[in-house]
Amino acid sequence: MIPANARTDLHKTRSPVFSRQLSLLLVLVTAPVGAAEPSPERQKQLGNLLVQDCGSCHGMTMKGGLGSPLLPALMRDLGDEALVATILDGRPGTPMPPWKLILSEADARWLVRRLKGENR
Amino acid sequence: MKRLLCAGLMLGLAACAPNWRATGDLGLVVERADGRLQMVETTHSTRLAQISGLGDLSHASLVFSRDERFAFVFGRDGGLTKVDMLQARIVKRVLQAGNSIGGAISQDGSLVAVANYTPGGVKVFDTDTLDLVADIPAMGADGTASKVVGLEDAPGNVFAFSLYEAGEIWLLDIKDRTRPSVRKFADIGKQPYDALITEDGRYYLAGLFGEDGIAMLDLWNPDKGVRRILDHYGRGQEALPVYKMPHLEGWAASGNLAFLPAIGRHEVLVVDMTNWREVGRIQVAGQPVFAMLQPGGRRLWVNFALPDNGKVQVIDVPSLNVLKTIEPGQGILHMEFTPRGERVWLSARDSDQVSVWDTASITKVAELPAMKPSGIFFTARAHRMGL
Repeated sequence: MIPANARTDLHKTRSPVFSRQLSLLLVLVTAPVGAAEPSPERQKQLGNLLVQDCGSCHGMTMKGGLGSPLLPALMRDLGDEALVATILDGRPGTPMPPWKLILSEADARWLVRRLKGENR
Repeated sequence: MKRLLCAGLMLGLAACAPNWRATGDLGLVVERADGRLQMVETTHSTRLAQISGLGDLSHASLVFSRDERFAFVFGRDGGLTKVDMLQARIVKRVLQAGNSIGGAISQDGSLVAVANYTPGGVKVFDTDTLDLVADIPAMGADGTASKVVGLEDAPGNVFAFSLYEAGEIWLLDIKDRTRPSVRKFADIGKQPYDALITEDGRYYLAGLFGEDGIAMLDLWNPDKGVRRILDHYGRGQEALPVYKMPHLEGWAASGNLAFLPAIGRHEVLVVDMTNWREVGRIQVAGQPVFAMLQPGGRRLWVNFALPDNGKVQVIDVPSLNVLKTIEPGQGILHMEFTPRGERVWLSARDSDQVSVWDTASITKVAELPAMKPSGIFFTARAHRMGL
């Protein structure tokens, strides 16, 4: 029998990479294939959220702050799925929170494309 | 511009000498997306001027010179900008690091210190010239290079700050600017993310993100070292995702009581400062970001992180009850009281607006347009430690 709080401890001792892969797996399993594109109005909200709210930690120019830099060249080195998982599930052990209470998977995918400079 | 200056800003220009201007009711509003400041006055709640060219102002803050004429603005891009409010212009600007988070002005007003993320450390500048006086890299005892957070001014031309990655508190003493000295306190806890210094300059409190609790250093008795208080302060077992880190600066005490925004909880913690124990929790509408006491200490104003960042709650301190919940706009980032507390100014980032509220009746009395406003800073801060 694993005590209820063991899960948290496990999470803390695992490396971020492992956690990310675990989260990724969950996202892949649960995600609907071909999630719908956010509406134009939602895209506007997301663009604002990225600059203003993500920008609070990552810098409004995405050069980093308390959070890592999110410049397009760095983002393009990372896979879409890993980035989507990081947005939705956060990075345990760091201040990066899971955004899935506020953002859908389609929202996260749109943000990843924006971070990579693939949409405007 | 010239006409505007003559209308009220310039000191002693022959052409408009009758319009001499003092600075005691002035303030600056950060327009974070445009690298611009709005200069405002709080007597009639109006905008006087705009000052542009300050770079990346996300999470910008500023301090005022002791004569309340100059502001020193700390930008995210590492820019340190000196602004003359009588002339509504930039006097000097230096790019002193790649990425910074805030700063402080020394007790005697001669030095301004900046906390940097990249490269991590503290740089200290002369307030007259912005010449570099000291450069202190933040390398922890374990060799970890750290971001610097929670930089505060302390009595005796001391700056107190915390090292985020290394988990240390440092006291940088610059009484003699030719020989700055650093006293280091290691193992204070994981990931200090922000700090405050009490109004009397005695206690430096660093909030921990990586574990529960607050690290406290008594600056009157530094030999006693850092001790841990409020072990329950923090995220706890059922904490919610933290969409915006709470801010500790702006904190104040009412009698024996201090109020702290809880991390990852819809609560404000009430702390008895005589023994630093938690004596209560106030349930609020979201995760608090700022919990600020109105001057006089009778009411507490609280704003919130996403998704409740359109609300502000006003709490009656004697009863600890929520008096009123207002919705002053979208994305409420900051609150600033006039020096004696009859008005509070609120910035609504996503409504592109600053609103002014009467604190007795909790009603809106004025609105000013502002592009993506964040911090609001009134000159009375010049005479308060830790602001």
